[in-house]
Amino acid sequence: MKKRILLGLATVALLSTAAYAEKSDKKMSTLDSVKKAGILKCGVTTGLAGFSAADKKGNWTGLDVDTCRGIAAAVLGDATKVKFNPLTAKERFTALQSGEIDVLSRNTTWTLTRDASLGLNFAGVNYYDGQGFLVSKKLGVKSVNDLDGAQVCIQAGTTTELNLADYFKSHNMKFKAITFDTSDQTIKGFEAGRCDMLTSDQSQLYALRIKLAKPEDAIVLPEVISKEPLGPVVRQGDDQWFNIVKWSLNAMINAEELGVSKANAKAMKKSKDPAIGRLMGGQGEKLGLSDDWSYNIISQVGNYAEIFEANVGKDSPLKIDRGLNALWNKGGIMYAPPIR
Amino acid sequence: MYVTDHILPALPAPSDSKGVLHWLKTNLFSSPINIVLTLLGLLLVYKILPPIIDWVFINATWTADNSAECKGEEKGACWAFISNRFGQVMYGFYPPEQFWRPNLAGILLILLTIPLFFEKTPKKVILGGFVLVVFPFIAFVLIHGGYFGLSTIETDKWGGLMLTLIISFVGILCALPLGIILALGRRSNMPIVKSICVIFIEFWRGVPLITVLFMSSVMLPLFFSGGTDFDKLARAMIGIILFQSAYVAEVVRGGLQAIPKGQYEAAVAMGLSYWKSMFLIILPQALKLVIPGLVNTFIALFKDTTLVLTIGLFDLLAIVENVLGSDSAWLGFHTEGLVFAAFVFWMFCFAMSRYSMSLERKLHTGHTH
Repeated sequence: MKKRILLGLATVALLSTAAYAEKSDKKMSTLDSVKKAGILKCGVTTGLAGFSAADKKGNWTGLDVDTCRGIAAAVLGDATKVKFNPLTAKERFTALQSGEIDVLSRNTTWTLTRDASLGLNFAGVNYYDGQGFLVSKKLGVKSVNDLDGAQVCIQAGTTTELNLADYFKSHNMKFKAITFDTSDQTIKGFEAGRCDMLTSDQSQLYALRIKLAKPEDAIVLPEVISKEPLGPVVRQGDDQWFNIVKWSLNAMINAEELGVSKANAKAMKKSKDPAIGRLMGGQGEKLGLSDDWSYNIISQVGNYAEIFEANVGKDSPLKIDRGLNALWNKGGIMYAPPIR
Repeated sequence: MYVTDHILPALPAPSDSKGVLHWLKTNLFSSPINIVLTLLGLLLVYKILPPIIDWVFINATWTADNSAECKGEEKGACWAFISNRFGQVMYGFYPPEQFWRPNLAGILLILLTIPLFFEKTPKKVILGGFVLVVFPFIAFVLIHGGYFGLSTIETDKWGGLMLTLIISFVGILCALPLGIILALGRRSNMPIVKSICVIFIEFWRGVPLITVLFMSSVMLPLFFSGGTDFDKLARAMIGIILFQSAYVAEVVRGGLQAIPKGQYEAAVAMGLSYWKSMFLIILPQALKLVIPGLVNTFIALFKDTTLVLTIGLFDLLAIVENVLGSDSAWLGFHTEGLVFAAFVFWMFCFAMSRYSMSLERKLHTGHTH
């Protein structure tokens, strides 16, 4: 009896997904539906300092938020036409699959499993994150390799713990993990001197450091021991939309490389440099967008350096170094294919 | 024979059995163990209370333009963290110039309910019915808008304490009648009605609320066609109501079972129909019995509303934790946020439990079963 009920339920579920899939085939493209609605639906976090957070007036700000604003500027010509949908980590992919959102820009790490098996496409990287270390300045260490036998504050049940074990093992060093439940408890433990260092994703380390009574007494070590490329995600099966999101991000990075910023975008439109000329117009048709798509992104949202510094970098309280996120020709790995 | 013609006035109690000293002696210092415990207790209070008062009141920062003013060796709680964005704590992302709308709805509710607390208010049943049936629609029109020239404010803008109260109010209001019907259905003699009710109750009681919310927000949209935009808050509310009604049903069933069989038989003997006997004889007695249980489930529901964060709705706790807590200019004040949220929740839950106690006293007619 029980089996039969389960079977029945499974059939209903299958049928309805099949019906859904069939319908979505006939559905119009994401670009058309965004244009028709006149608004871009963007999935963000429920609150992560620097990446997506609602400000005092209820406006969303952050690096992930600005990535979405850039796409809206490219598609609709207006960076304000975005509806932000705060999502938890668990519901983010289904929200994208079910069409509740058009693009997911939610601090999501690009991995093979996610890319290949969830029906999603990662459209690029807007922040290269990775696991790093926070130590007290008075220890006087310059590298994590000086910290054999250290006590490490760590948040329980995350991949950070496994990465740390791998790294120390491969360097023939020992450590003692002191685990906490939440990141807030972890930093409290570090502050109370329960451990020599704290490990977490670098973007988190800077946010955690501010929570110390004296943030200047702690430093983030240069080592990064894991790869966490974060970027916007779209549904599989709509290549035009995939291209639009990918190139909206690339346009911001290229703009930084070419020295085009929010302030000088208008003047740069008349630039004689052919690369800048291509960036500022003439390529929109290939993406199915208007010709001033990239001009709209840069003049309304800014280039990559601007959104980075304003949200997480030196103009923000987080003060995260560009590090890996500097341009490829300035010591980082941020690289966008050319617009031509 | 001498018979006194007046009652002798009572003598004052002996001096060692009255007053503060006596109370202290009998309650705090009655035996060596109690003396030790009292002293230990006093020491504990002395050690704990002053730092708390220092932190909460004396060294606290009440207003500040930036977080630097809150940080320092001697600084206590930073209430500016809350007060700077108090509008969002109360109403979420609701536009500030429209705050009067939820305010009006709240004031209306208070004005309508106050007369219900007095014995002598005429036509209480009509007024009560109005509050329970008509008022929710008035409040919806006011808060959501879209009629009478009020601008529409979508539910994704609702949040904060307002959302917490709306979800619990609607949840309680709809779950109670549904739960009563389910409880009656479960005790029914009709096999189909009975089995439907049993299956419904056991199903909804068997799954955690967080699963219900998650299904409503994540799985349902997959089953609908892509274009269907079914309001997230509505989905969550339906889930909460169904979940809560199953719990209410079981509490009410407990009350129904506590009523002696004689009451049922007497109702039948008087020739009352099923519904009349239930509503005139059985339920008034049963519901009175289960007030503590009902209020208990409602308090639990009130606190469970914090789970809506898992589907991206910002209730009071979510606003304080996720929205205020992710402001990069104000990082590091989670403790203040949690203490504040805990205080607000405690206030409402305490008020509910006091009200239920007074209701029990008022309805206590001296019958015991």
